[in-house]
Amino acid sequence: MASLLQYHDAIKGAKVLMVGAGGIGCELLKTLALSGFQDIHIIDMDTIEVSNLNRQFLFRQSHVGQSKAKVARDAVLRFRPHINITPYHANVKDSSFNVEFFKEYDVVLNGLDNLDARRHVNRLCLAAEVPLVESGTTGFLGQVTVHVKGKTECYECQPKPAPKTYPVCTITSTPSKFVHCIVWAKDLLFAKLFGDKNQENDLNVHANDSANASEQTQDVFERRKDEDIEQYGRRIYDHVFGYNIEVALSNEETWKNRNRPRPMYTRDILHDNSIEQNGNVVKGGPTDGLSVSAMTSLGLKNPQDVWSLVENSRIFLESLKLFFVKREKEIGSLTFDKDDQLAVEFVSAAANIRAASFGIPLHSLFEAKGIAGNIVHAVATTNAVIAGLIVIEAIKVLRKDAESYRMTYCLEHPSRKMLLMPVEPFEPNKSCCVCSDTPLTLEVNTQRSKLRDFVEKIVKAKLGMNSPIIMIGSVLLYEVGDDLDEGMIANYNANLEKMLCELPTPVTGGTMISVEDLRQEFTCNVYIKHREVFDEEKEPDGMVLFGWTQAPIEKNDNKANGNGETASNALSTELSEVQKDAEVEEISEDTEIIGKKRKLPEMPSSVKDSSNQKDVQKIDDDDEDDLVMFDHLDDANMVKKKRLQ
Amino acid sequence: MDGEELTEQETALYDRQIRVWGADAQRRLSKSHVLVHGMAGSVAEFCKNIVLAGVGSLTLVDDRPVTEGALTANFLILPDESVSNGKSLADLCRDSLKEFNPMVRVSVEKGDLLSFGEEFYDKFDVVVVSCCPLATKKLINEKCRKLSKRVAFYTVDCRDLCGEIFVDLQKYKYTKKKLDETTECELQYPSFQEAVSVPWSMLPRKVSKLYFALRVIEKFEEVEGRNPGDTYIEDLAAVLQMKKELCEAQSVSESHVPNALLERLLMGAREFPPVCAVIGGILGQEVIKAISGKGDPLKNFFFFDAMDGKGIIEDIVNPNPEK
Ligand SMILES: [Zn+2]
Repeated sequence: MASLLQYHDAIKGAKVLMVGAGGIGCELLKTLALSGFQDIHIIDMDTIEVSNLNRQFLFRQSHVGQSKAKVARDAVLRFRPHINITPYHANVKDSSFNVEFFKEYDVVLNGLDNLDARRHVNRLCLAAEVPLVESGTTGFLGQVTVHVKGKTECYECQPKPAPKTYPVCTITSTPSKFVHCIVWAKDLLFAKLFGDKNQENDLNVHANDSANASEQTQDVFERRKDEDIEQYGRRIYDHVFGYNIEVALSNEETWKNRNRPRPMYTRDILHDNSIEQNGNVVKGGPTDGLSVSAMTSLGLKNPQDVWSLVENSRIFLESLKLFFVKREKEIGSLTFDKDDQLAVEFVSAAANIRAASFGIPLHSLFEAKGIAGNIVHAVATTNAVIAGLIVIEAIKVLRKDAESYRMTYCLEHPSRKMLLMPVEPFEPNKSCCVCSDTPLTLEVNTQRSKLRDFVEKIVKAKLGMNSPIIMIGSVLLYEVGDDLDEGMIANYNANLEKMLCELPTPVTGGTMISVEDLRQEFTCNVYIKHREVFDEEKEPDGMVLFGWTQAPIEKNDNKANGNGETASNALSTELSEVQKDAEVEEISEDTEIIGKKRKLPEMPSSVKDSSNQKDVQKIDDDDEDDLVMFDHLDDANMVKKKRLQ
Repeated sequence: MDGEELTEQETALYDRQIRVWGADAQRRLSKSHVLVHGMAGSVAEFCKNIVLAGVGSLTLVDDRPVTEGALTANFLILPDESVSNGKSLADLCRDSLKEFNPMVRVSVEKGDLLSFGEEFYDKFDVVVVSCCPLATKKLINEKCRKLSKRVAFYTVDCRDLCGEIFVDLQKYKYTKKKLDETTECELQYPSFQEAVSVPWSMLPRKVSKLYFALRVIEKFEEVEGRNPGDTYIEDLAAVLQMKKELCEAQSVSESHVPNALLERLLMGAREFPPVCAVIGGILGQEVIKAISGKGDPLKNFFFFDAMDGKGIIEDIVNPNPEK
C-alpha cells in the first residue's frame, strides 16, 4: 500500500458486493462507509435476533425480526447519508445472483457464517473473474484471505472439512465424550420421541442385536393409550438409561478395553416424592410454545450451573411431560432448535444422564446448548479488527497491487511478537477441481452403489453442488431444475435408485462422469475406478474421492481458510494449531527459530508446490523480519502437513 | 457483590461472548468503570467495543466542538448534528453510544483532564487517553499510579496507516490457560514516563521503527507547542532535523528512524478508518482482558501498520532501571 492520499481514487469509483450483514458484516459496512466507499451492495437473508445485539452494533432491540441487510443500510446512512447502499434481503444462492450479477462488481467481500454459501460465492467469483476477500472469526481468532483467479489460491484450493460426524456405534453404544451424549440425545432420542416417526433412527440398535431390534421396540417409545404421563416418562427413562445399557453390557466383547457403563433406573435415582412435587405446574399457565420451561417449573435458575444427576433426571421427566401436556400438537413434527428452551432442556438433561451412566463429566445447560446448537463464539472486537483488515485488502485489490496481497491471521496469543500476522497468499492449487480442470478420481463399487449415493455423498456433500446436472458424454443421467416435465422427473428418479453399473449408460471402471452446476457455473469431471471392498469404519460412505488434494478428503481436516463466525470449523482448528506453535515459541529467541526449522518434518512435495516459499522472502526489506515471515509460513505448512498425515 | 448472578436479560444479550470469556468475566465487566479522553476515530471504535461488551459505565471527556476532521473516522457523530448547537464531541458521541447497549451508563465529564483530582480518577478501573500532548499523558499516568487502587492506563493514537497503543497495568496478576493448565502470572509494567525514557541504544535493534518515529513527532509537537496530531508534511524538514538531534542525543545511527516513514506519517496526518477499526478492536480486547483478569495482556506497546499488515507487540523497558 502506498500512502493514504493514493487510495481515494480506487475507493471512489468502486462497486463493492458484501455478502453477509452479521457480526463481520456490520463492522465491515461501517468501515467501508467511513473509508469513502460510495457504492456498496449487501446481501443477507437473515433477520435480527437478540443474541446478535452484543456485537452487531447497527441493530437495536426494536429491530429484532427485521432484515439485517436493510436495517444495516439505514443505520450506516445515518452517519454517511450521501453514499449508495443497496440491500438485498435474500439468499446469495438465489438464481438472480448469477454470474452476470457478480460481474458488475469490482470486488466481493464475504462475511459469511457457513461453508455452503462460501463455496457458492467462491465459484461465482471465479466464473465472473471478480476478486474475493474472504474472512472468518471464532472468539478471539480470525483471518482474512484474498482470492484472485489465476494469482492466488481460491477458497476451495484446500478442501473444506465436512461437518464433524461420529461413527454410529460411538453414539449408540460407546460414547466417550460429552458431545457423543449430546448427539445421541438430540439426533436419536429427541428425534425418536418428538420427531417424524417415519425417519430412520438408530436409537435402539445395539452392536449385537441390530437385526431384530427395530421391530420389537417400535412401540416402546409410543405412549400407550391412557398411560399416565408420569408413568410414560419413567418407562422411557428406564428403557433408554436402564434396559438398553443392560443389553449393551451383556456384550462382553465391547467392554474388554472400556469402562462399563452403569444402568440407571428412576427407582434408584429418584425417590418417589421428588416426582410428585413436580405435578403442580402442569395445570394452568400459558400454553405458548417456546416459553414453556422445565427449569422454571422446577425452580432451577442458573443455566450456568452443572446440575446433579438427580436434577437432570427431574428435568428430563419434567420436560418430557411438558411436551405432552403443553405442546402435544407439535409431537411428531419437531426438530431440534437451539432457541426452543424445552427442547434444549430435554436434550441437555438426557445427555447428562447418559454421561453420568458412562462416567463422562456432566455439563451445564448453557454449555450443552452451545454444543447441541453449534453456537458461535463471537465477540465484537475480533469482528472489528477483521473488518478493518478486509477493507485494507479490498483497497489493495482495487489498486491491483498484487505484490502486497496478504492473508492475515488475528491471533489470541502473540506469535513472534505478532498479534496480527500477515502471510503471503498461496498460489492456486493445480489439482483444485474448482479453479482448475484437473479431473477427480472416485473409487466406488459400481455394482453396489446407487446413483443416489453418488449424488448425495459426492456431488452434494463433497463437491458442494446444489443443482447438479450429471452426464456421461452427452447422455443426461440426472438433473435438478424448475423446468423439468413429469416424464423427465420420473426418469431421473428411477435412475437415482439404480446401481451405477445398471444405469442407461452404465458407469464402470474407466467411465468419466461430468458433473455441472449451472448456478455456480462450475463443472467437474470424475473418473471412476471400481473397487470391491470398503472399510465400514474408515470409509463409511462406501466410496472415496481422490484428487483435489493429496489425500482422501475424509482424512484431511482442512487448511486455514475462514469459516466466519462458526463454532465447529476449520478456522478454529487451524488457528489453534498455529497458537500451539506460538506458545512453544514464546520462550524462543532467534537461535531457536533455526533449531525449530530443522526439526520440521520434510514437507511432501505436493504441499511445497502449493506454496510459493521463494516469494516469501521478498515480503519485507528488513532482513530480520524475513526470517520471521519465513518461519510463519513454515508454521502454516506444518499445519497442513499435520492434516495430511 | 461477587456472587451476583447475571440477569436473564444479560445472559440472553451476552450469550455469544460469555461462550468466549465465561460468566465470571462478564460479571466483572458489568461492574467496571472506564474513563476515556479524546474522541478520535480509534477511540470511537474502542468505545463501541466495550459498550457492546457490557462494561458498567463509560465516561467521556472531550470538550472540543465538532470539526470536519473529527467526522472523518468517527461513526458516532451524525452529520446532521454537526451543526451541533453547542454540543461537544463527547456529548455527541455519548448520544450514539447510549443506543448500542441500554445496560451501560454512558456519561460526559466537562473540563480539563489535568484539573481533575484524585477522587475523580479513583472512580475508574480503566483510563484511556488519546489526542493528548506528551506531558499530559505522563501526568495522567502518574495520577493513576498514585491511587491506592490499581487503575489500568492506556494511550492510543492513529495517524496515516499506523496506530499505537501504550499499556500500563502497573503490577498485574492474572491467570493464564495453556492447553488444560491454569497458571498464575505476574507482570511489572513501567510507567509511560519510564518507558519513553529508555535510552534508544539499550533497545534491541528489531524494535518497530514506528516506536521511534512516533517519539520524534511527539517530541516535535511538544517543542513546537502544537496540538497532538497537528503536524503536517510542511513540517518535514523541521521534523527530520528533530530526528537528527534525537538520534545524536541517544547515540544511535540516523537509520534507526527511516525518513520515508516520517514522511509518510506526516503526509497522512488524519486517521485511516480501517486502522482505527483494528486499533480500537485490539484496545477493546486488551481492556476486556485487564478487567476480567483472563488471558495475556500485551506489554507494553502495540503497533499496527497497514503498509505491511503486521500487528506487533513491543516490550519497551529499561533493562537496567537503576541507571
Ligand atoms: Zn482452487
